[in-house]
Amino acid sequence: MNIQSKPRLLVIGNGMAGIRAVEELLKLAPDLYDITVLGEEPHPNYNRILLSPVLAGEMTVQDIVLNDRNWYAENGITLHTGCKALRIDRARREVEGADGRRFPYDRLLLATGSLPFMLPVPGNTLPGVIAYRDIADTDAMIEASKNYRHAVVIGGGLLGLEAANGLSLRGMDVTVVHLGAWIMERQLDQQAAGMLKDSLEKKGLKFLLEKQTESLLAGPAGRVAAVRFRSGEEIPADLVVMAAGIRPNTKLAESAGLACHRGILVTDTLQTVTDPRIYAVGECASHRGIAYGLVAPLFDQARVAANHLAEFGISRYQGSLTSTKLKVTGIDVFSAGNFTGGEGCEQILLHDAAGGLYKKLVLQGNRLIGACLYGDTADGAWYFQLLREGKDVHDIRDKLMFGQDQLGDVGHKGQTQAAAMPDTAEVCGCNGVTKGTIVRCIKEKGLFTLDDVRKHTKASGSCGSCTGLVEQILSSTVGGAYQPADRGQKPVCACTDLTHGEVRQAIRDRHLIDIPTVQRTLQWRTPNGCASCRPALNYYVTSTWPHEAQDDPQSRFINERVHANIQKDGSYSVVPRMWGGLTTPNELRAIADVAERYAIPTVKVTGGQRIDLLGARKEDLPAIWGDLGKAGMVSGHAYGKSLRTVKTCVGAEHCRFGTQLSMGMGVQLEKMLFGMWSPHKVKLAVSGCPRNCAEAGIKDVGIIGVESGYEIYVAGNGGIKTEVAQFLCKVTSDEDVMEYTGAFLQLYREEAWYLDRTVHYVNRVGLDYIKSRVVEDAENRKALYERLLYALQGYVDPWLERAAAAADSPQGREFRGIAIVQAMGQTVGGAV
Amino acid sequence: MSAGSEIAWIDLCALDEIPRLGSRVVLPPAGHPIAVFRTADDAVHAVVDRCPHKGGPLSQGIVHGDRVTCPLHGWQVELRSGEVVAPDKGCVKRRPVRVQDGRVQLQA
Repeated sequence: MNIQSKPRLLVIGNGMAGIRAVEELLKLAPDLYDITVLGEEPHPNYNRILLSPVLAGEMTVQDIVLNDRNWYAENGITLHTGCKALRIDRARREVEGADGRRFPYDRLLLATGSLPFMLPVPGNTLPGVIAYRDIADTDAMIEASKNYRHAVVIGGGLLGLEAANGLSLRGMDVTVVHLGAWIMERQLDQQAAGMLKDSLEKKGLKFLLEKQTESLLAGPAGRVAAVRFRSGEEIPADLVVMAAGIRPNTKLAESAGLACHRGILVTDTLQTVTDPRIYAVGECASHRGIAYGLVAPLFDQARVAANHLAEFGISRYQGSLTSTKLKVTGIDVFSAGNFTGGEGCEQILLHDAAGGLYKKLVLQGNRLIGACLYGDTADGAWYFQLLREGKDVHDIRDKLMFGQDQLGDVGHKGQTQAAAMPDTAEVCGCNGVTKGTIVRCIKEKGLFTLDDVRKHTKASGSCGSCTGLVEQILSSTVGGAYQPADRGQKPVCACTDLTHGEVRQAIRDRHLIDIPTVQRTLQWRTPNGCASCRPALNYYVTSTWPHEAQDDPQSRFINERVHANIQKDGSYSVVPRMWGGLTTPNELRAIADVAERYAIPTVKVTGGQRIDLLGARKEDLPAIWGDLGKAGMVSGHAYGKSLRTVKTCVGAEHCRFGTQLSMGMGVQLEKMLFGMWSPHKVKLAVSGCPRNCAEAGIKDVGIIGVESGYEIYVAGNGGIKTEVAQFLCKVTSDEDVMEYTGAFLQLYREEAWYLDRTVHYVNRVGLDYIKSRVVEDAENRKALYERLLYALQGYVDPWLERAAAAADSPQGREFRGIAIVQAMGQTVGGAV
Repeated sequence: MSAGSEIAWIDLCALDEIPRLGSRVVLPPAGHPIAVFRTADDAVHAVVDRCPHKGGPLSQGIVHGDRVTCPLHGWQVELRSGEVVAPDKGCVKRRPVRVQDGRVQLQA
C-alpha cells in the first residue's frame, strides 16, 4: 500500500521571484509540500539586481548568491539546475524537461522571468552581440572588456546605463545609443535626464540620442565591428549590448494553453486565469494588465502566492507602485509615480543646475502623486511613502520640498545624505554600526528590507532615530528592490499578518478578553506569540476591557512584571512617586534609610523631579517597597508603559511671575492618572506661567497657566527626536484641565498602537481629529473621561501589593531564587 | 561505577511553583545562577542564566514557544538547544532538568 505522500509543488524558474515565493511558503508551512525547483541557469538563486556591481568590479558572482545549494538541501528542496522546462502537460500534471525527464506536480509555480528584447536588425546574432540579463552575459561582458575597446550599449534605460557604467569602469570606450529624446524617459523627466547625462559624460560615457539602429556590421573575423544608424552614420563596436527592454517569458505557458497577453494572466491570488493549479509570479506574470520589471513588486507577489499555496488564502495582490533608483556609484537619481504631471496636476520645483540639484514633486489635490529627484535623493523613501499612502499633504505643503528633516521626523546629527557619508561614518549611534558595515551586510547577506537590516546589523534597531539614514543606504545599495516599510500596513510581528489597527478592532468588535483567545481567533502562527506581540496584546485586551480582561504578568516586559527598572548588570532601579515633584523631610528620610539599609550604590535625582535608587537587588525589592510604603510612598512607575511623572514649576504659590497654582494642579493630575497603563510612557508637565519652567512644550500633555486659565498642549516629546507639543485648546478651570487631559489620554489609550508615543498617534490621525473628538464634541469628551476614570478605579499600588504578598504566593516567588544547599549528605533546593 | 553511575537529581520545587511561560532562578553553591523555564506545554528547560550577548539575565525574559527573549537587548535563545536564534550567533550552556511526580529536578 502506498503511503499518501505530500502534495508536490514544482517551481519552474530558479530566480528571485520563484525562490522568494518558496521562502515565504516555508515560513508559513514548512512541511506542506514536496518542492522541486527547475532552473535553466547552472547557478543557485542569485541576486540579479547586483549584476551591475559585479560588472563594475565592485562585487564577485560568489557575493551575490542568495541561496546556496546547502539552503535547498537543508529545506528538503530538490534543485535541478541547467534544466530547461520544455512542455507542460496540464492533463497529466507533468512538466517535461529538455533532457526528457518528467516532473509531476500537484501545484505548479511559473517564475520564468523575462527575456531581453533583441532588436530585429540584421547582424543581431553576430558574435559580440549580447543582452544583459544573467551571469553568463555579465561574464561575457567582463571577458570582452579585457580584449576589446569599443562598446555600444543600445538602450538608455536603467539597465543600459548600469551596463554602460560597468563597461566604462572596466576600461572600455562606451557609447550609449538611445532612440528617445532623453535617457531613462520612463523614469525621469527631461531636466533630470539632462543632468544625469551630463554627469555620466563627465565619467567618460558618450551618448547618441534619437538614433535608430539600422544594422550591426561584422568585421573580418566575423565578430561584430560596427553599428550603422538609419541616418547613415557608423560607429565602431567590438561589443554590442542590447538593453532595449525586456519581454515576459511566456513561451512555455503559451504552449500549455495558458492565457497570455504581455505576460501570463494571473488573478489577485497569482493563480493563472486558465488553470488554478498553476501560479505565476515575477516578470513573467501579468496582473491587471501590468507585468512588472522591478524586483519590489515580485516580492509582494511572492508573499501572496505563498500565502495561497500555504492554504491560508487570506491575502490578495492589488498591484504595486514602483520607484526607481539608479545604482551608479556617486549618482543619485530617484523617481516614483506620475512625475510628468498633466491635467489637474501641480508641480513644486527646485532646480539648481550648477549645484547639480533637481527636485520635482507632482501633486493632485492635496496628495503627492509623483516625484523625480536628482542629486539629493535623501527624501525619496519618504516621498514614496506619502505617495503610497495617499496622505493629505496640505498641512506640510510649504515644507514638502525640503524634506522630512524639516518636519522633524528623522535625521541624525544633521546628517541626512547617506551617499555623502564615508564608509567609516557611524550611522547608528546606539549600536555603533558604520555605513560600511551596513552596506557590506546588505550585499553579502542579500538583504532587502529595513527589518532584515535591523536584524543583521542592529542598525536603527534601538532608538530608531537613524532609520531614515539606514533606509537611504538600503535603497542606494539595492536600488529598485527596496520598498520603504509602510507602517500602517505592517503586521504586528512575524506571528501574524494582521496590523495593530486590525488587531485592536477585532479585540473590540469580538469582545476578546485574553491573549490565547485573541491568538486563536485571529489565527496566530505561533503557539503563544513572541516577545513583541504578547505585551501589545496584553495592553490591548486590558485597556479595551478594563476590570474584565485579566492582566497576564508573563506577557509583560520584566520591568512591568516586577515593577522596577532592569539595569545592565541585572540589578534594578527603584523610583518612588513624588506627586508633582513635591516631597517631605519624612519621605527623604525614608529614602535615605532605604539607600543605607540595602546598600544602594547610586542615588540620583531624575529628570522627572524625583529620586532614583539604582542598583537594588531583585530579592530586596519587596522589603525596600515595604519600607518606602511605611513613609507613605508608592510606585513611581518609572519602568512602565504608563503614567511617569507630572513635572511642575513652583507656580503662583511662591513665584512672583506665577499666574496659576501649578504645583497643586500637577498633584491633582498625577493622582487622577496614577496607575494608568498606556501604549507607551506618558509624561506631563504643568507650568504656572508662559515662561514655562516645567518644560510643558515637550510633554505628552503640557499645561501652561495664564492669567485667564490654562493652555493645553499635546503630543510633545523630549526624547529620541524632540517634538514640540501642539496647542489643543484653552480652558478656564482646574476641572476642565482634568477632563480635557483625561479625555485626550483615553483617546490615545483606546486608539494608538502599542509603543506609539502620543506624538506618533497624533501624527497618524491628525490634530484636527483629536480636536473634533476632545474639544468640539463635549459629549464624547465626557464619555472618554468617564471611561478613563472607570478604568483607573480601584487601582492598588503594585509595590504595596508585592510588599504584602506571602513568600510562597506567585507574587512572592517572583522575587525569590531557589538555593541549592548541601545538607546531611543530600543536595536539595530550597527557596531563599 | 555500577551503583555510583546512578544519576543524582536535585529537587528544586513543585512544577506549579514556576509560572507557565515563566521561570525561576536557581542559585548553586558555586558558579553562575541557572534559569529554569516552564513552557506553555509544561516542558521545563534549564540554562545558565547569562545571555551570550552581554550577560543579561535570561530568566527575566519573556518565554514564547520554546524560546526566551533576553530582557536587555532582545536576543532570543532556543531553550531546547541553548543556541541563539539567527542572525545573532552564540549559545548558552544547558543543564539537564526533568519533572518527576510533579517536582522539578535538576541533574546534580
